[in-house]
Amino acid sequence: MTVSLTLENVSAHYGSTQVLKDLTLAVAAGELVSLLGASGCGKTTTLRLVAGFLQPSSGTIRLGDRDLTRLPAHQRDIGLVFQNYALFPHLSVRDNVAFGLKQRGVDAAERKKRADRMLERVGLSSFADRMPAALSGGQKQRVALARALVIEPPLLMFDEPLSNLDAKLRVDMRVEIRRLQRANGTTSLYVTHDQEEAFSISDRVAIMNAGRIMQLDTPEVLYQRPANSFVARFVGFENLIDMTVVERLGETVTARTRDGALLQLSQERLGAIPDRFILAARPDGLAVARDGSGIPVTLGIRTYLGRAYQYQCTAEGQSYLGNGSLSEPLETGDRAVLSPVPEQCCILPADV
Amino acid sequence: MIMQTKLHPALIAIASLIFLILIAPLFIILGAAVSDTPFLTFPPQGFTLKWFSNIFQIEAFRTTAITSLQIAFLGTFLALLIGIPAAYALNRFKIRLPSWLSNVFVLPILVPEIVLGFSLMKNITIGLQLPVYTTLLLGHTLLVLPYAVRVVGASLASFDFSIEEAAISLGCPPLKTFLTVVLPNISAGVVAAFILAFITSINDVSISLFLTGPGVSTLPIQILAHMEQFFDPTIASVSVLLMLLTVGVMAIVEATLGLTFLTK
Repeated sequence: MTVSLTLENVSAHYGSTQVLKDLTLAVAAGELVSLLGASGCGKTTTLRLVAGFLQPSSGTIRLGDRDLTRLPAHQRDIGLVFQNYALFPHLSVRDNVAFGLKQRGVDAAERKKRADRMLERVGLSSFADRMPAALSGGQKQRVALARALVIEPPLLMFDEPLSNLDAKLRVDMRVEIRRLQRANGTTSLYVTHDQEEAFSISDRVAIMNAGRIMQLDTPEVLYQRPANSFVARFVGFENLIDMTVVERLGETVTARTRDGALLQLSQERLGAIPDRFILAARPDGLAVARDGSGIPVTLGIRTYLGRAYQYQCTAEGQSYLGNGSLSEPLETGDRAVLSPVPEQCCILPADV
Repeated sequence: MIMQTKLHPALIAIASLIFLILIAPLFIILGAAVSDTPFLTFPPQGFTLKWFSNIFQIEAFRTTAITSLQIAFLGTFLALLIGIPAAYALNRFKIRLPSWLSNVFVLPILVPEIVLGFSLMKNITIGLQLPVYTTLLLGHTLLVLPYAVRVVGASLASFDFSIEEAAISLGCPPLKTFLTVVLPNISAGVVAAFILAFITSINDVSISLFLTGPGVSTLPIQILAHMEQFFDPTIASVSVLLMLLTVGVMAIVEATLGLTFLTK
């Protein structure tokens, strides 16, 4: 049974502070969508609204054709995985996993059978009789995962499930989560502040800021074609250059930076360019060279990246981050020019 | 070789002296209780257990002991019935509740007991004309409520409420979650609160002094009353029995939870 999750114009308040602003989000059946953002962006609030631990001030939340908006939390039938595992300390691993089945009136023998089968799937069969306190962090999170999956919920939700694990385990666990989620085809909502985690695990990622979704897209699209400067900065476009078009010649556009430098850009390679726009470039996207055409700058600190040198550059109070080739190291204080590499740049609408 | 830190002789002397001052009265009582004299004296002259058997001859000691135990059990039970949900709410909704609210539950300890007792007598016994037994029970419930709220609250302070949310998300209704998930995980705090409250109630004089009345009295009040009439070692032997009861309760705590539990 796979169903979709829909949030329509959901707003939420803590006291008089609005933490979610007219949020609309659709997670397709069987899809894993991540909510990604810094703390306070509203991602956890969204999850808690869907779980039923918070009430929205307006809007509707649907799971398939069920309206969850006013349904008590314990009737929502959602599998939840918490950051701090939240295992029941007074119950054995098996009883932890069987807890949800017990609430559903499944008889004891069947409960044990299904709990044991689920523990086998997460590789913890031999730990069934232990108490949670005797498990490591990774094992605890596997039990939590088994406990959420065993009730075969139409929706799984993860609240920063890997934040308390060490780096190596985090990678293993996210593969595990993805494997189990795919195998069951369970619609999932995944909350994290870790970009790598979100991009590696999700079908689509919603990047959130100040109670709004800034962009909801596949990781590939987010990474290559961010829709606005917030998302661009979030995915590593460290140079956001305000530009104005001064001349159009066929597909070639000449545009001016704020400090007067002129760049020639090709619409064939960068897509349509409006009269006012932001040129977003990763450090890889601004090539540092001793001469040629581009933005004239003075070089600052040089750092070694292995594949290239990175330079902090300044021009008329503007600062940029650009990469230069290893064969031609330049020194601090040298004059140089920055030219955009179209494959590593994108055109964004000017901020209003 | 590890150098053992030597304790300063003065430290040992002072510590011993304090220990002696704390423990000596108890030994004096023990001695007085077995003295074969019709008056309280120490050191004991002769040895007899007749004062212990005398306790059981006096009807008033038996009835007040039963009242004391009933009031202590019922009062503690009522205090936990109010105190556990109060402690839960204070911890669960900490952010939304005003910070002074938790202090309200400590007021019965902060206000001098004699004032509390007098005020209860004036307003409940005289004002509302409630039966003496009911008033006594209410008074003791109020007296031990702070222990229930504070000790259970300490347990809840380290309780991770996402465990409760996990249970609810798995389909367990809120009240059932409280009883089957929250309560088992704070049971040690509840037991500790019960013991502290019970001992406090059993030993209370100030509040009981005002709230006891015709036909209803507690053991400590009976001890006072008895002493006013007879200055015989019966008082000492009752005290010894009360001490043994307390030691017994403490031994059970030590065996099951460890005494450090109470000081946490």
